[in-house]
Amino acid sequence: MTANTMTRHIREGSKSIYRNGWMSIASISSIVISLFILGVFILLSFNLNVMTSELDSKVQIRVYLQLEVTQDEVALLRTDIGNMAEVSKVEYVTKQQGMDLLEESLGEDGKDILSGYTDETNPLPDSFTVEVKDPQTVGMVAKKIQALNETNAAQPIWKVKYGQGSVEKLFQMTKMIRNFGLILVAGLAITAMFLISNTIKITIMARQREIGIMKLVGATNSFIRWPFFVEGFLIGLIGAVVTIAILFLGYDQLLSYAATNLSFIQLIPFEEVWLMVGSVLLALGILIGVWGSTISIRKFLKV
Amino acid sequence: MIEMQDVWKTYQDGSHAIRGISVRIEKDDFVYLVGPSGAGKSTFMKMIYREEVPTKGQIFVNGFNIGKLKRRKIPFVRRNIGVIFQDFRLLPKLNVSENVAFAMEAIEAPKKIIKRRVPEVLELVGLKHKLTSMPSQLSGGEQQRVAIARAIVNNPTVIVADEPTGNLDPETSWEIMRLLEEINYRGTTILMATHNKDIVNTIRRRVIAIESGQIVRDVIRGDYGYDG
Repeated sequence: MTANTMTRHIREGSKSIYRNGWMSIASISSIVISLFILGVFILLSFNLNVMTSELDSKVQIRVYLQLEVTQDEVALLRTDIGNMAEVSKVEYVTKQQGMDLLEESLGEDGKDILSGYTDETNPLPDSFTVEVKDPQTVGMVAKKIQALNETNAAQPIWKVKYGQGSVEKLFQMTKMIRNFGLILVAGLAITAMFLISNTIKITIMARQREIGIMKLVGATNSFIRWPFFVEGFLIGLIGAVVTIAILFLGYDQLLSYAATNLSFIQLIPFEEVWLMVGSVLLALGILIGVWGSTISIRKFLKV
Repeated sequence: MIEMQDVWKTYQDGSHAIRGISVRIEKDDFVYLVGPSGAGKSTFMKMIYREEVPTKGQIFVNGFNIGKLKRRKIPFVRRNIGVIFQDFRLLPKLNVSENVAFAMEAIEAPKKIIKRRVPEVLELVGLKHKLTSMPSQLSGGEQQRVAIARAIVNNPTVIVADEPTGNLDPETSWEIMRLLEEINYRGTTILMATHNKDIVNTIRRRVIAIESGQIVRDVIRGDYGYDG
């Protein structure tokens, strides 16, 4: 194909998007809606993945001790826990260190809340932070530590705490969101394709006479098909570009909002997602557009 | 050159449009196709440019076996056949030049050649002064001239015309006939279905009469042979 012919196909394809007016807008909108929802789900599951893996690495057991525990008992407990095969690390956290950690995790706001406490009035107990080799064993190890209380008359352990299924729940939620998202997006993509194939059908109907003459003078089938193919491609491309613009602007807003108001949530920075999300949406948009037009060409353009 | 060998065309409902036609049309021939409406003239012509495929028998156009043609070769055979209709079939949104250029663009002719060839052909059909007119601004005769220009612009070896004067007044019809004669004189085969008795009886050429899908008469310098 010569450059001239290609220029003609692109010109004809673009013209008919303009000519089809509302039908084109409906097709583009349907692509935008499905791609936008897909984009939201991609970003959501990316962020959830990062959050869960972060949580995963933080799976640890906090063993809070009674306030009046002696140093000997602390040392004894420490060896008992440390001797467990599943445990990788035991760390003793004094109440002062506990206060520092709390302050740190609360950030700026925490300073005011905690300013009333001095070393003497610190209500926090001493504690151990226990890390296990395999996150799966957390529950079992926590029970074993709790059980140490029963063999010890002083009952030095006040409370044993761990993630208690929050990790699993988060994993499950991610999976559910992903599946739900996929089904929704598939449904919407099919709708979009249907709308596009309808739009192209209208173009084909409107140009029946032109197509007939082209066939008569000996235009090849691919020559006749190209403008419709271009039309579908452009509808998909425009839809994808619009979606990407909306999605990225929205995510940018979310990032700056989260940075100031939701400091405990760590979102993936824009630089790390834009290329992947952008190219997926672009590719999918074009695919939907081209597919939609192909359906129509095959069905209504008996060349 | 067109050759048909025992060609049959049977439609889905079992009706026979063409029943065993064998005919040979030479390169310089000017052929009138006459006969009552529904006798099979249109089917006869449609089979030549492969709008219809024969159910049985063989058709050769310029050496190509039309019935056995591979789909993607059809366009290239059609480039050697120009078709003209009673209702002109111009594109209303394109002007005269564009309508003719369209036929060249469709076969991906280079721009430079299109630019040179289109005015040349429009001059030949006598529309040099109407290059930028829209079809709606033209008379019926002028529109048919544009259609003829479009049919010959790609230099076909055969022109198939289905009642080209059917929508025109007598005077305009004569002008169109003079144009077709001129094209034939330059070496293009012309096959023309017509109901115009005056034309057939005045410009004496080969006449093939079709009735009920069969050739009932084939005369080198024939007459119309029907009333009215």
